[in-house]
Amino acid sequence: MKNVLIDIKDVTKSFGTQDILKGVTLQLFENENLVILGKSGTGKSVLIKCIVNLLQLDSGCIKVEDYEIANSSDEDLIEVRKKIGFLFQGAALYDSMTVRENLTFPLTRLDKKFSNEEITQKIEKVLEDVSLPEAIDKMPSELSGGMKKRIGLARTLIVNPKILLYDEPTTGLDPITSDEISQLINETKNKFKTSSIIITHDIKCVQTVADRIIMLKDGVVYKEGTLSEFENDDDSYIQSFFN
Amino acid sequence: MSYLKPNNSFITNSFMNDIKQKFIDFFIDVANVMYYLKSVMKNIFHSSFEKSEFLKQCYQIGNKSVGLISITGIIIGLVLTIQSRPPLVEFGAVAMLPGMVAISIIREMGPVITALICAGKIGSSMGAELGSMRVTEQIDAMEVSNTNPINFLIVPRVIAATVMIPILTLYADVIGIFGSWLGVNIKDDVSFTLFMHQAFDSVEFIDLLPALIKSFFFGAVIGLVGCYKGFNAGRGTESVGVAANSAVVTASLLLIIVDLIAVQITDLL
Ligand SMILES: Nc1ncnc2c1ncn2[C@@H]1O[C@H](COP(=O)(O)OP(=O)(O)O)[C@@H](O)[C@H]1O
Ligand SMILES: [Mg+2]
Repeated sequence: MKNVLIDIKDVTKSFGTQDILKGVTLQLFENENLVILGKSGTGKSVLIKCIVNLLQLDSGCIKVEDYEIANSSDEDLIEVRKKIGFLFQGAALYDSMTVRENLTFPLTRLDKKFSNEEITQKIEKVLEDVSLPEAIDKMPSELSGGMKKRIGLARTLIVNPKILLYDEPTTGLDPITSDEISQLINETKNKFKTSSIIITHDIKCVQTVADRIIMLKDGVVYKEGTLSEFENDDDSYIQSFFN
Repeated sequence: MSYLKPNNSFITNSFMNDIKQKFIDFFIDVANVMYYLKSVMKNIFHSSFEKSEFLKQCYQIGNKSVGLISITGIIIGLVLTIQSRPPLVEFGAVAMLPGMVAISIIREMGPVITALICAGKIGSSMGAELGSMRVTEQIDAMEVSNTNPINFLIVPRVIAATVMIPILTLYADVIGIFGSWLGVNIKDDVSFTLFMHQAFDSVEFIDLLPALIKSFFFGAVIGLVGCYKGFNAGRGTESVGVAANSAVVTASLLLIIVDLIAVQITDLL
């Protein structure tokens, strides 16, 4: 039995009269890439925002290791957020800061103990990892979409999180860059032994990264399985994603 | 063609519902504003102060508005002087011109013009900046990095505006009075020292103090409104424009109301 890192039970969430999540139950195991599929607007982003308490659940329970998110104290929440890296859909780089400052931000905010040399070393290393060392003193506005995603990924990786949440990492990128990002996701998993939830519609990306797939539909889990189980399913809704 | 027939009960119903909804929305807004003010206050007094953010904001506020304030200030001084001159000539009281203009600049024109310009320039840019940070999830990203966005983004901006608007007001006063000296010199030949002497003969500390206190409040209003609108921007790209726009409109309106209250209070003293 593999270790459960994130345990989501019967989670519901609505905005006003709109019920988005209607009882989602799923688990993330150690060292796996879990892909969440679903048409846009099904609440995939809402679900992973609930995991880091950016949005609060209406009912149900989310546990990250032993911390129950909804009832965590501020200190516990900091511990949880140190474990989790979040790559936002548009990378969410801070516009008013250079790449270096963007990367320094989580380091100094989550852990205050690094010296300046250590910070510089970490920044250089993580930029090496995403193969963008030359971007260090650029502003986000000078970067292309793909470069932004990579810097966003670098900013997520720099604090060595155990768990990564990727919100549509390849959406809006050309096929080559998408492929590179998918490779990076795999490399990260193998190199740092991380576990990830990857939200995507990009079937190429699913084929590259997925260890396990969960499909959401109408606010609940519609199907769970491996890539080949999904590809060989003759349900027309599932097929509409894979063809 | 029955579907064209107006359904009266439906119209009244939806009209009443509309009003009811507006009413509810209004109270939700009030509650949100109260909660926002409470969070900002709590962070001002209980969290570590982001000094470098504060200095950056002060610099930006000054840098963005000083040019506009210079031009406007000089023109207001000039125009006030030119327009006040004929009636004073009629009463043979031209000697009072510098003092009169100085008082109206220091008491009212300086603070209000500065605040309105800053509402347009600073309030809108705060609304747009925070609004776009909200829409592009930068504020969420900060929170995930263990940074309270109210403490990091809003508090420095609000305090910077509160500190900078009075300073800019003093600057506008000086520039306005200089503009007035230029205005006087169109018709007469008055040396700068004599003009200043005449102007500040009639100005007392009691003219300056309420104006400065007033402009502290103006600054707070601009910062609070700009940040509120940006921070609570909606979810689409168009919300950024909406946030910037409503920051300016709301701040300008509130400034005038604060001015009205301030004049009532000074009147009592
Ligand atoms: N903060 C919010 N306030 C109101 N509605 C929201 C909010 N976040 C998401 N929604 C709504 O929830 C639904 C699901 O959104 P989302 O999770 O972003 O979809 P997706 O599965 O494409 O990521 C959408 O209809 C969206 O409008
Ligand atoms: Mg989404």
